[in-house]
Amino acid sequence: MKISKAAAAAAVAVALALTATACGGSTEKASDTGATGGSKEKLVVGIKYDQPGLGLKTPDGKYTGFDVDVATYVAKELGYEPNQIEFKQAVSAERENLIANGDVKFVVATYSINDKRKEKVDFAGPYFLAHQDLLVRADDTSITKAEDLNKKKLCSVTGSTSAQNVKTKLAPEADLLEQGGYSECLTGLENKAVDALTTDNSILAGYAAQEKNKGKFKLVGLSLSNENYGIGLKKGDKELQTKINAALKKMVEDGSWQKAVDKNLGPANFKSEPAPQITEGS
Amino acid sequence: MFDFLDSGQYDVLGAFWVTVQLTLYSAVGSLIWGTILAGMRVSPVPLLRSFGTAYVNLVRNTPLTLLIIGCSLGLSQTLGISLGGDTFKETGFRLAVLGLIAYTGTFVCEALRSGINTVPVGQAEAARALGLSFFQVLTLIVLPQAFRAVIAPLANVLIALTKNTTVAATIGVAEAALLMKEMLENEAQATFAVFAVFALGFVLLTLPTGLLLGWVAKRVAVKR
Repeated sequence: MKISKAAAAAAVAVALALTATACGGSTEKASDTGATGGSKEKLVVGIKYDQPGLGLKTPDGKYTGFDVDVATYVAKELGYEPNQIEFKQAVSAERENLIANGDVKFVVATYSINDKRKEKVDFAGPYFLAHQDLLVRADDTSITKAEDLNKKKLCSVTGSTSAQNVKTKLAPEADLLEQGGYSECLTGLENKAVDALTTDNSILAGYAAQEKNKGKFKLVGLSLSNENYGIGLKKGDKELQTKINAALKKMVEDGSWQKAVDKNLGPANFKSEPAPQITEGS
Repeated sequence: MFDFLDSGQYDVLGAFWVTVQLTLYSAVGSLIWGTILAGMRVSPVPLLRSFGTAYVNLVRNTPLTLLIIGCSLGLSQTLGISLGGDTFKETGFRLAVLGLIAYTGTFVCEALRSGINTVPVGQAEAARALGLSFFQVLTLIVLPQAFRAVIAPLANVLIALTKNTTVAATIGVAEAALLMKEMLENEAQATFAVFAVFALGFVLLTLPTGLLLGWVAKRVAVKR
């Protein structure tokens, strides 16, 4: 039996294509049912892996941060033990698609609630009110208000809302450096290449609270914008939204919320706002 | 679907213009640097030869992202080298061009070396017999013929370079990829439309480049 080379090649190509598509989908979709509790099913939650104090994957494979604590508490209220939670990285640009495709049940990843995002996903919460703020060197007193920024060198993350705010609203004259991550900005801040790093105060507090940065930096304490962090979930899933809202309410009432804030963001003299009122889904 | 483009909030053409500028400056620079490197690698001086070889092998196998971030973090923010730029915008652009030249030059050099191999040894021997120096043999006899043989591979390098300029976004150069990041941040409801716009933009830049240079390559190739 003689198979021509072309036919063999075609068969290989088809086989490859099939395996490639088979690998595409994740084998474990987030379950579509509500909480059943006690069963062996996993709850997949999207978090950030690279934001100290909020959502961080440590080198030994653990997850720490305020968002992680919130996610764990909500999961507990939904009937999942900590060992049933599977964390998945949700980078900013992919959050909506992860939710829409059902790869994650919900996303707790410094996810500011806004109308454009609500076109694709629903939110529960908000569970935290952050403001855009500035991080400066601990001995720097030259910045006290937003107008001071126009003569300063600023650093923020490429394409982020904070960077765009600086360019369009806060300080169009400022010399803005956009970097791939906040850590790169810290290098410049330490070496005096830039004067301030700007983004949500919660994220800044997380960095300032890191062991290696203790005492080097301080938050200025400006409120340049309001960012209401919500928990993103599938559009139209009213049942889950109600459950998560109830869980968040309970977390604030029993003091766990404040404990989580103090534990993760406290060391940097970060004065957080009191827990915001739940506005979504009512 | 594409209504976010009509808001006037995004200067897509301006961003792509920066991409084109990055590409052109880096292309010219890497052509010059690559030619110098190729000259080093075929020269009779052992020191130059080993430098060229070491440089090409080191830089060619380093990820471009590392090089460009290294330019920004190492040169600019730690050592304070700004290449004459007054603002981060200017400095970032120049650093990105520097990184792209350093990286793309190695590929130009390798393409050229393969082109030098297409020139018959007799050509160089005849030139030597006429009493030309090594430098004259290289610049007058060998390189012109080598260039004509490697237009097509150089077109590949140029297309790769065009797409590689997106790495400059990581150090804040306001080119297409950076605008795409901003749009993805703001236009959560239209992520795929945003991707489509930028993918199309790059195809519009690279496809004509490839076709044109392919035609040129056919025209100027040395028929042996």
